[in-house]
Amino acid sequence: MEARQQRGRILIGKLGLDGHDRGAKIIVRSLCNDGFEVIYTGIRRTPEEIASAAIQEDVDAIGLSLLSGAHNELIPVLMNTLRQAKGGDIPVIIGGIIPQEDIPHLKDEGVYGVFTPGTPVQIVLDAFRKAVGEYRLTKHTPS
Amino acid sequence: MNEIDDILQGIRHKDPRAIGRAISIVEEGDQRTEALLQMLDEEKIQTSTIIGIAGSPGVGKSTLTDQLVSYYRRQGARVGIIAIDPSSPISGGALLGDRIRMMRHTMDNDVVIRSMSARGRLGGLCAAAGAATRIMACSGCSPVIVETVGIGQAESDVANLADITVLVFAPGLGDDIQAMKAGLIEMADIVVVNKADCVGADALAMELESVTHERTCPVYLTVATDAAGIEKLASTIRDIEQEKRHNGQFAEKRRKAREAEVLDWAIEMVRLKLKNRIESCSKQITGDPRTIARKLIEEICDSQAGQQE
Repeated sequence: MEARQQRGRILIGKLGLDGHDRGAKIIVRSLCNDGFEVIYTGIRRTPEEIASAAIQEDVDAIGLSLLSGAHNELIPVLMNTLRQAKGGDIPVIIGGIIPQEDIPHLKDEGVYGVFTPGTPVQIVLDAFRKAVGEYRLTKHTPS
Repeated sequence: MNEIDDILQGIRHKDPRAIGRAISIVEEGDQRTEALLQMLDEEKIQTSTIIGIAGSPGVGKSTLTDQLVSYYRRQGARVGIIAIDPSSPISGGALLGDRIRMMRHTMDNDVVIRSMSARGRLGGLCAAAGAATRIMACSGCSPVIVETVGIGQAESDVANLADITVLVFAPGLGDDIQAMKAGLIEMADIVVVNKADCVGADALAMELESVTHERTCPVYLTVATDAAGIEKLASTIRDIEQEKRHNGQFAEKRRKAREAEVLDWAIEMVRLKLKNRIESCSKQITGDPRTIARKLIEEICDSQAGQQE
């Protein structure tokens, strides 16, 4: 059997001090089954580690799970680090325990999408497909 | 071509964005691939050493690689790692998880890690991974470690590609009989029994020694989680490398690797053509598959020859 045309590369990780990785792993598996190459970084990662790994791996999207409540502190650091590393255009999708009132602020920071508990996996998959598709069209070289 | 110049300059300046992008271009078979690969610094490629680490899933290849990276970093070397995992034949997707064992090196700019999937290639590791080793070499990485799960015949690819191949076993996986089967063990320069603190390691090492004793292939015990045995392994890798460079085996192996890679690229290129042809007339395909295959190849070769005239 022949592998399908590659959909793209996605980094999935858990940001901050929280080890509950079941949600992240469900997303990892769903993305794999959907034809993506998924680089899983595991739990308790810093924003700097995520940014560095994403750049080295040249991923088309980053997906992060946060259940610790530290998103308002960690996500701005991540977005900043990515921009400094010339990766500010990589779409970032986050999921986990995110209060509704925090979402506009995260979107202002440049986050592509935010998903809260109860979201069907298909909705998350569609968001990744869209984000990766858009990014791969505009993927430009380092300048 | 300006874009490629920028990437090449970025590679020389160790810019992780440029290195990552260059490998993606090659992996996806982008039309810019050849322009990029032709311009790589041949001298740096020659001086860099490629270490292959192969073995069954779960024997501790990534952890061993992580420890080797720490060792080489203490020596001041810049290290490249290409970690290859299998891809799903159904979805084409892959879970690339080798990085988890190496996360402590993530913030080190002189450790370049790239995860790759086999992407449904047959043997096919050489083509993209070989190019990736050269891109890393041009950014100053030496050694470049290629770590791959060894299942089936594709495992011999890493031995083709690498200058030095380390084959990793662990006790309790029924590997002693596996080891005696023809295949990778004949191509290994060093055999490692990892998880040497577990029951059965010594017996496994003895059995492996009985397989490898006809040639000079040392068998070492390591406990990668504690870094035990790593220095000895690394110094043996260095000794073997120096000896091979001295007696000409190194250059000879590289030449063969180049040949294998050319074949690999050629198969990749012709594969798509064949697949399209077969799919377009799949209803007419009846009878002996081998005969049809030969006719198909003759057809393609003839039409190519016709075009050139």
